[in-house]
Amino acid sequence: MDPKEIKERMKIPRQKMPEQNPKERVRNFYEVPHGYTPELAMEEAKRCIQCKKPLCVGGCPVNIDIPWFIRLVAEGKFIEAARKIKETNALPAICGRVCPQEDQCEKVCVVGKKHEPVAIGRLERFVADYERERGEVSIPHIPKWTGKKVAVVGSGPAGLTVAGDLVKKGHKVTVFEALHTPGGVLVYGIPEFRLPKKIVEAEVDYLRRMGVEIVCNAVIGKLETIDELLSNGYDAVFIGTGAGLPYFMNIPGENLVGVYSANEYLTRINLMRAYEFPEYDTPVLRGRRVVVVGGGNTAMDAARTALRLCPENVTIIYRRSREEMPARIEEIHHGEEEGLEFKFLTNPVRFIGDSEGRLKAVECIRMELGEPDESGRRRPVPVKGSEFCIEVDVAIIAIGNGANPLIPRTTPELKLNRWGNIIVDQDTGKTSKKGVFAGGDIVRGGATVILAMGDGRRASEAIHTYLTTGEW
Amino acid sequence: MYEITEKVELSHTVYLFRIRAPRIAMKRKAGQFVVLRLNEHGERIPLTIVDSDTGEGTITIIVQEVGKTTALLCEMGKGDRILDVVGPLGSPTHIENYGTAVCVGGGIGTAPVYPIARALREAGNRIISIIGARTKNLLILEEEMRSVSEELFITTDDGSYGHHGFVTQVLQNLINERRKIDFVIGIGPIPMMKAVSNVTRPHNIHTMVSLNPIMVDGTGMCGACRVTVGGEMKFVCVDGPEFNGHEVDFDELIRRNRSYLKEEKIAMEEFTYHEGKRCYERGA
Ligand SMILES: Cc1cc2nc3c(=O)[nH]c(=O)nc-3n(C[C@H](O)[C@H](O)[C@H](O)COP(=O)(O)OP(=O)(O)OC[C@H]3O[C@@H](n4cnc5c(N)ncnc54)[C@H](O)[C@@H]3O)c2cc1C
Ligand SMILES: Cc1cc2nc3c(=O)[nH]c(=O)nc-3n(C[C@H](O)[C@H](O)[C@H](O)COP(=O)(O)OP(=O)(O)OC[C@H]3O[C@@H](n4cnc5c(N)ncnc54)[C@H](O)[C@@H]3O)c2cc1C
Ligand code: SF4
Ligand code: SF4
Ligand code: FES
Repeated sequence: MDPKEIKERMKIPRQKMPEQNPKERVRNFYEVPHGYTPELAMEEAKRCIQCKKPLCVGGCPVNIDIPWFIRLVAEGKFIEAARKIKETNALPAICGRVCPQEDQCEKVCVVGKKHEPVAIGRLERFVADYERERGEVSIPHIPKWTGKKVAVVGSGPAGLTVAGDLVKKGHKVTVFEALHTPGGVLVYGIPEFRLPKKIVEAEVDYLRRMGVEIVCNAVIGKLETIDELLSNGYDAVFIGTGAGLPYFMNIPGENLVGVYSANEYLTRINLMRAYEFPEYDTPVLRGRRVVVVGGGNTAMDAARTALRLCPENVTIIYRRSREEMPARIEEIHHGEEEGLEFKFLTNPVRFIGDSEGRLKAVECIRMELGEPDESGRRRPVPVKGSEFCIEVDVAIIAIGNGANPLIPRTTPELKLNRWGNIIVDQDTGKTSKKGVFAGGDIVRGGATVILAMGDGRRASEAIHTYLTTGEW
Repeated sequence: MYEITEKVELSHTVYLFRIRAPRIAMKRKAGQFVVLRLNEHGERIPLTIVDSDTGEGTITIIVQEVGKTTALLCEMGKGDRILDVVGPLGSPTHIENYGTAVCVGGGIGTAPVYPIARALREAGNRIISIIGARTKNLLILEEEMRSVSEELFITTDDGSYGHHGFVTQVLQNLINERRKIDFVIGIGPIPMMKAVSNVTRPHNIHTMVSLNPIMVDGTGMCGACRVTVGGEMKFVCVDGPEFNGHEVDFDELIRRNRSYLKEEKIAMEEFTYHEGKRCYERGA
């Protein structure tokens, strides 16, 4: 590309995605951004200067050929662009929506050095939606059965990636999912207004059409153990069971009525659709005053979900300052627009209930930032004597998740780290047990969708090698 | 889909169902439960597996009508299908030969007590059973319990059958008579389990109870089922459902189970007034 054209392209401003206005959207669960139109997408695609050594590709954990697909978008070849992405990323409609792009591909985009980076995530989302909405998703050629069978435990992004990859190589794949709907955190955790469930359904349906068998209501470790899977005809097992054990704070009053883990709160609302109670049978306490404890994506999702149930106010309580919040900037920004309040440098010390054991207040203490800790962030320390109370009737605890013990308890040979996560070889996902692989949050602790998929990708290659060579 | 293969009325609000679920039938052990969801709009509710038939590939559950979901289930019949059944969940009862075991069942609690009594007997225990209900026609599983027990005591709150009074009174009498008791399992309404634990505590008799908190997933993911046992937070669906009765904070459990009283009432009213909402997969 000649320097003049580069200059021209650099002049184009980053295209905004049209979105629902905040006043309206806090009263519904529809998706917040509407996505690009074809015109906006082509305009945005022109901002990419088609680097010879594209840094963006290295910033993407699954190394999508970003300049290539963006060139196709600029030329209006949207379906081809979608196919290009799908060579390396099976779930682009999902990643385009939930990837922390500002920390990955877009962080290193050259255009971003002087201007705003190319909106890679938005373009990825656009082409995936375009392909799906036009029903032009084609099923790839599935080779003849290799005679091998693989069991995948858990249907989150890690498990789904493994299933898709291996079925394309000709292996038979069965996915076992504990809940009644496949998708993992994508269906029970991330809310509808950020990731519509019909998109996850479409991806799962695509896998089914490729021949993946999905068995719901199957809790491995209870219905069948890993050893039983291996002796009942499966040649390899992939464990992608996620980080599904909610942490509590160990402070007084945590079992009062009205105190929820974010997992319970979000599951009631997303998976069980409690926001449509009594049309749907599962209830949730809506509350007049709601606090959410934590500063990550989960806290933001819980808080923005709470807003949509129309309480008087929703406040995030976070023990560090705004700068340290791990949640995506876009989400914090969306939350603020919708009327979310924040109390930084604050930590709850106890929950206070009424005579019936229902939450009525939370006592907090102010914090100040001290010396940096292991993570490099400054450690919050309580300010003596600064306790104060806030009146609340619903509190949601979103301070992270640990590893679920169901599988390790019944598979003692699996080596775990001190937090209960399964230890694997980084390049292959091999566990300490022959024929058993693992990846995603059960290995990493709470991480991201794309990292879980990256793990799935590497594990599926290693599984394929193991199945074809028999070597461990 | 999980087909109902048989339905038996045990009392006017309590029904027994056999449900086709061959894999669960093969795996389940005494003390475990399933979570089921009747239809797309349904709630997930936990129910104890009372028995199973591996030949037929069925599990048996016994349900008492208390709210919308259980009322809808009790309207379903042979051939109808339940959308989701997941299990077996929870840890099985720890079975060993204690010597003499007293099995106490209150109301619908007799349903989960029965498979445990049977397993304890098979392990060599001498079984004394005490089962109770509010009134005679609410008493369930009398014959089944008799068949696994050396001695069977029956109580009703209104005196319409058996001893007039509570199961705990019989238990107290046995203790007062200095009968040898090595182990007690008590399952029933929470106040009853609390009372049983209070009766045995001064005598240091090892006592287990089976807790029934509100659940959602049943796999340890949500924490809805948390209870305080021995001062520690436990998740009933993975750490339980059985715990040492002397360590359980029953009052907290009672309060937590009242979380949604208002919503449960709304759901039940909707259900009673809107015939159209009674949707489930009908058999042919
Ligand atoms: C509220 C919330 C918001 C998030 N937002 C973002 C975001 O915006 N962007 C981002 O990149 N990441 C986000 N994350 C993190 C991301 O969702 C996870 O890192 C990712 O889903 C991990 O994928 P996984 O496949 O390892 O496991 P999961 O998605 O957790 O799926 C695991 C599945 O395994 C099933 N399972 C568990 N045990 C068993 C068993 N014994 N037998 C059978 N099945 C079992 C579970 O039911 C579940 O369906 C968010 C997480 C949460 C909780
Ligand atoms: C491990 C376990 C095993 C159980 N086994 C049996 C059984 O074998 N037979 C049986 O009839 N019942 C059993 N229960 C109780 C059963 O789950 C509840 O009766 C049922 O969920 C009520 O649902 P509903 O919609 O009909 O009533 P709701 O309208 O939801 O509630 C009506 C009443 O039931 C109580 N309740 C609500 N949800 C639950 C819940 N999840 N668990 C316990 N109580 C609840 C409420 O406090 C309320 O008083 C068991 C519960 C647990 C946790
Ligand atoms: S998958 Fe995520 S990191 Fe990779 S290009 Fe897409 S948005 Fe960027
Ligand atoms: S780094 Fe930015 S400009 Fe360069 S190829 Fe990637 S997206 Fe295009
Ligand atoms: S029911 Fe969700 S953790 Fe027990």
